[in-house]
Amino acid sequence: MLLKGVFLVETREKVVKPGIGEKTKRWFRGFGKQWQLQTMILPGVIFMIIFNFIPIYGLSLAFKQYSVTDTIGGAQWIGLDNFKAIMADKYFWESVWNTVGISAIKLTVEFFLPIILAVMIYEIPWAPFKKIVQTFTYLPHFLSWIILGGMLINWLSTNGLINEVLKFIGINAHGNYLLDAGKYWNIAAWSDVWKEAGWGTILYLATMAGIDPTYYEAAEMDGASKIRQIWSITIPEITNIIALNLILSVSGLFNSNLDQTLVLMNSQNQPKAEVINSYVYRVGLTQGDFSYATAVGLGVSIISVILLIITNTATKKLNDNQSVL
Amino acid sequence: MEMTSKKAAPKQSRVKHGSRTFNIINATILLIFTVIIIVPMWNILISSFATSDALSNGNFIFWPKSLSLDNYRAVFQDSGIWQSFFISVLKTAVGVVAHTLFCAIVAYPLSKRSLKGRKLYSAMGIVTMFFSGGMIPTYLLIKSLGLLDSFWVYIIPALFSYYDVVILMNFFRQVPESLEESARIDGASDWRVFFSIILPLSKPSLATIALFHGVWQWNDFMTTKLYVTNESLYPLQMRLYNLIVQSQAASTTGLKAAVAINTTSRGVQLATIMITIVPILILYPFVQRYFVSGTMLGAVKE
Repeated sequence: MLLKGVFLVETREKVVKPGIGEKTKRWFRGFGKQWQLQTMILPGVIFMIIFNFIPIYGLSLAFKQYSVTDTIGGAQWIGLDNFKAIMADKYFWESVWNTVGISAIKLTVEFFLPIILAVMIYEIPWAPFKKIVQTFTYLPHFLSWIILGGMLINWLSTNGLINEVLKFIGINAHGNYLLDAGKYWNIAAWSDVWKEAGWGTILYLATMAGIDPTYYEAAEMDGASKIRQIWSITIPEITNIIALNLILSVSGLFNSNLDQTLVLMNSQNQPKAEVINSYVYRVGLTQGDFSYATAVGLGVSIISVILLIITNTATKKLNDNQSVL
Repeated sequence: MEMTSKKAAPKQSRVKHGSRTFNIINATILLIFTVIIIVPMWNILISSFATSDALSNGNFIFWPKSLSLDNYRAVFQDSGIWQSFFISVLKTAVGVVAHTLFCAIVAYPLSKRSLKGRKLYSAMGIVTMFFSGGMIPTYLLIKSLGLLDSFWVYIIPALFSYYDVVILMNFFRQVPESLEESARIDGASDWRVFFSIILPLSKPSLATIALFHGVWQWNDFMTTKLYVTNESLYPLQMRLYNLIVQSQAASTTGLKAAVAINTTSRGVQLATIMITIVPILILYPFVQRYFVSGTMLGAVKE
């Protein structure tokens, strides 16, 4: 999404307008001359048609009654029946509530914390320490959720790391945290923070590296404090990235992490752990109700796109009336 | 890459007169943050060497009462782990080469502004970045292509990523036009120019794409979970997932026998976690060099 700017800058060649027939002819002649280049792009086009556009067409399942023996095209249309059933589905709403609850904690922290961390890392005067902090805090981003899930199960178990640390401080240990449904939202959200907060600083730090150092020198001469310098120089320089992350955060409210849920969910915490994605997985692939699950997925993506458009419009104000996306 | 190092240069020369107190508080908080990242990982590493007695007694954070290699021995005795390791390595190696080459071939014509139909192609690409059919339609597609329970399901659906294409396209634009022109005068075809001039000159960008895709391939578990039921095709991540789910199921029953199984399997689980991490740790220093080019360049160019 970051990359949109790339496509907007197209060189428009203004040529004297030829007739339509002439134009088409010239286009085809040009196309014929670059047939080799066109053969190079062909595999990409075929890939996108098969692996991206056919599944998008497959979303029509949401309005159909599909059984395993049907083809997608051959299944019977049933209009909005699936969506009506979803509205009355208690388990669906439970999964929405869990998704939004976990996302709200996660996105709030993961929006603010990387900004603070990036500013702090940027202010380290000693390069080796900076390097150490970055090396270790970026590392968890590269671990899969299966690995982190396995680690979490150990940390949160009855005699795992968390309880040992609590014992060490002198606080009464708790049992296995993952068997306590009431704690699940926080476990899911904060483990994601642990994994991604460090990595979240990378765009900010790359942008800060471009700030002209003379700004700070001038501010220093005028007697501006460190905090003042951060507030008046560093922060304004990264507003763009902040706006971008804000948009991504808000529009991610209904996104859920299937990997994380599959590895951390158990029969005890399921009422608090089931999220939209895992519900789609369970209903669709485990129970085989393909059209219903597609409808759930489609409905949620439509809500996400609407959220994206709303926040994008709202953040234009923050960004000198220019769209970030 | 070059760009970032140029940008980083003035930062280092930045004069810092900032107050001492600020620096001390700042460094202390960051140190705590780093410790919060390191200590839990150390705890897993050292626990994987703990004996099953030490694991069931607990009472340690940094150093268990007794260490042994039993957990690793138990893991390696199972021939399945070798099979999974092989699948993981194979899918990563084949996937990286196929993905990088495929994306580069598609990116090259797109880097030419004179390409006919370029707007249509980019529009298609952007659509793929924002919209997808989601889990179920994609599953049905994979099924109808006959890719279920096939090794190729790891490779073919992962061949192409428009995000990576854009990164490569921007790199290719930096190759001086004159180099390509002189080759063309000598009668080289576009394919020839691409393989003998563009690719050799774009090694850093290809490395960026290859490393990030490599990490993704190694870590990917969802493809297996969704499309593969044949155990001989399980990569390490899936094996680890199954170990975790089994012990989770045991711990929820709360039965004594189950708890006993749980303690032994915990050691095996920890050792498997470490075995799965090691390749990532080996790759990490190399990936580190390309952090910024992998996330940033597509955005800042042009």
